[in-house]
Amino acid sequence: MSWLTNFVRPKIQALVNRAQIGDALWVKCASCEQMIFHRDLAERQKICPHCNYHMPIKPAERFAVLFDEGAYQTIELPVADIDPLKFRDRKRYSDRLKEAQKKTDQDDAMVVVHGTIGGYRTVVCALDFNFMAGSMGVAVGDGFLSAARLAVLQRAPLIVFTASGGARMQEGVLSLMQMPRTIVALDEVRQAGLPYIVILTHPTTGGVTASFAMLGDITLAEPDALIGFAGPRVIEDTIRESLPDGFQKSEYLFEHGMIDIVVSRTEIRDRLVNLLGLLLDRQPTAEIANMNAGNIDIPEVLVADSDSSGESEPLNR
Amino acid sequence: MGDKMTGMNTFLDFEKPIAELEGKIKELHHLSDSDHLNIVDEVTRLQSKVERLLKQTYAELTPWQKTQVARHPERPHSSDYINGLIEDFIPLAGDRCFGEDRAIISGIGRFQGYSVIVIGHEKGADTSDRVTHNFGMARPEGYRKAVRLMSLADRFGLPVITFIDTPGAYPGVGAEERGQAEAIARSTEACLNLRAPLISVIIGEGGSGGAIALASANHVIMLENAIYSVISPEGCASILWRNTDKAIDAAESLRLTAQDLYKLQVIDEIVQEPVGGAHRAPTDMIKHLGETLEPSLRTLVNTSGGELRAHRRQKFLDIGASSKS
Ligand SMILES: [Zn+2]
Repeated sequence: MSWLTNFVRPKIQALVNRAQIGDALWVKCASCEQMIFHRDLAERQKICPHCNYHMPIKPAERFAVLFDEGAYQTIELPVADIDPLKFRDRKRYSDRLKEAQKKTDQDDAMVVVHGTIGGYRTVVCALDFNFMAGSMGVAVGDGFLSAARLAVLQRAPLIVFTASGGARMQEGVLSLMQMPRTIVALDEVRQAGLPYIVILTHPTTGGVTASFAMLGDITLAEPDALIGFAGPRVIEDTIRESLPDGFQKSEYLFEHGMIDIVVSRTEIRDRLVNLLGLLLDRQPTAEIANMNAGNIDIPEVLVADSDSSGESEPLNR
Repeated sequence: MGDKMTGMNTFLDFEKPIAELEGKIKELHHLSDSDHLNIVDEVTRLQSKVERLLKQTYAELTPWQKTQVARHPERPHSSDYINGLIEDFIPLAGDRCFGEDRAIISGIGRFQGYSVIVIGHEKGADTSDRVTHNFGMARPEGYRKAVRLMSLADRFGLPVITFIDTPGAYPGVGAEERGQAEAIARSTEACLNLRAPLISVIIGEGGSGGAIALASANHVIMLENAIYSVISPEGCASILWRNTDKAIDAAESLRLTAQDLYKLQVIDEIVQEPVGGAHRAPTDMIKHLGETLEPSLRTLVNTSGGELRAHRRQKFLDIGASSKS
């Protein structure tokens, strides 16, 4: 490191930081570049009031508005074998991990919690894009597995928020192996007859999209999220053509049959409560059932009666 | 009647005398607005005449006239029945393969307390809406979406209600390239394999393979003036008579009315429409269908998955056999 980076940059940084104290109350939208007051932004779950851009949001920030009364419990995840390949690029993988852990205050990118949503017990996991771009290694696989097993144990639906650059290259083929691993795990949830709901957020790509993210019973997506397998730059370099407008964005995927609903972040909780109700409370409550049972004759619908006219009561007499 | 008769915009050929009378009533209303005339007696007289005429006309509809009624643009469509009968409806979309086909609308919601999956052809309410929904003519994606939702229904034991209203599956190059026939076959197969209850209601036009793909059900209901056929009368006339003007004759020969199909035991129940057809009183129609559906659904819900599947399969096995024996 040179004198310049060691000495001058911290000095400049200090100056800039001081200037930013006032600015910290204001956040610039990365999409429309308008300034937004920080409290407005927090109230709107980090959605730009000017252009509806859904800014990145931490798992803890999601959970705070997702669960009833903001109450949930975090699951302690098994400690994965750190750096199995002793991988090194420009930096040691183990160092990158430590940095990410320090930055996010998490062991790895997958956070698993449980709590009630609209009174329904749920297990929820979320990928934190801040942690090495939400990339999937053994620890993320372990996290998803733990979430799925807990869901089965609690007979609770599994809900996952995705945000990932894909496989964690620093774990090599072990990262790739998390794809079948997570699919087995979600299938255990399915076999138990429990709902598995996916919420795709910006960005979800690579091995995460090509495994547990695309296999939901119900698939929601935040607006304008980039969702795909290969990244747009890779595709453009390969086909040497410019890509269509809105390519790989949520709305584009909806048109191509990949998503059930594109839903604003502020509506996700309501939608989930609604869906959980429909998937878990499938019969009328006892009260309604009794009320109806009294005054309606149940026809023999299983046997077509060829003698009667088959016509029901006329509407107008 | 819950709906105003004066709301009608489209009159069919055979409704001309009715249209004229309703026109007179409208004129009287305009006159009374300006001249303070007492028109009550005259209006009442005309209105009861309209009622009589409607009742008479609609009691004697020919198959061709029923075809026109079944296609009436103001007839309630799948989306109207969903809005009127299904609470907490959440639309679910896409075939996870190629596209979202708006000719078939679908989702999950609550009917009389039961969580249900609803799938229906949608023709659309106005011109731009009709284009959006491709006039209710589905492509392979629509049927593949239906298959996907039926497997969701199976997984969670949710009854399925389908609303049938299509001129037929879309005849197009892309649709053929993506396997229109295969998609219809798979959807029909999915209906027959379902372990959850399946009720189909033919609300307008039951056009051929595009209809049966969603209508191979435990209980098939037809509205009084709906039609259900292997081919449209026009198509049939052009192929067999080599003359589309013979559509009226074809409509007679095809036995496509609810009354004929009930006799043939192809359908299980006919639901009466309001006097003058569903399009004259959509709200009443929707409510009445809801009342009809509820007991059928309740019976099926209390039947085991295995029985439901076996019953459905046997029902369709018997249809061909019974006419021969
Ligand atoms: Zn903005």
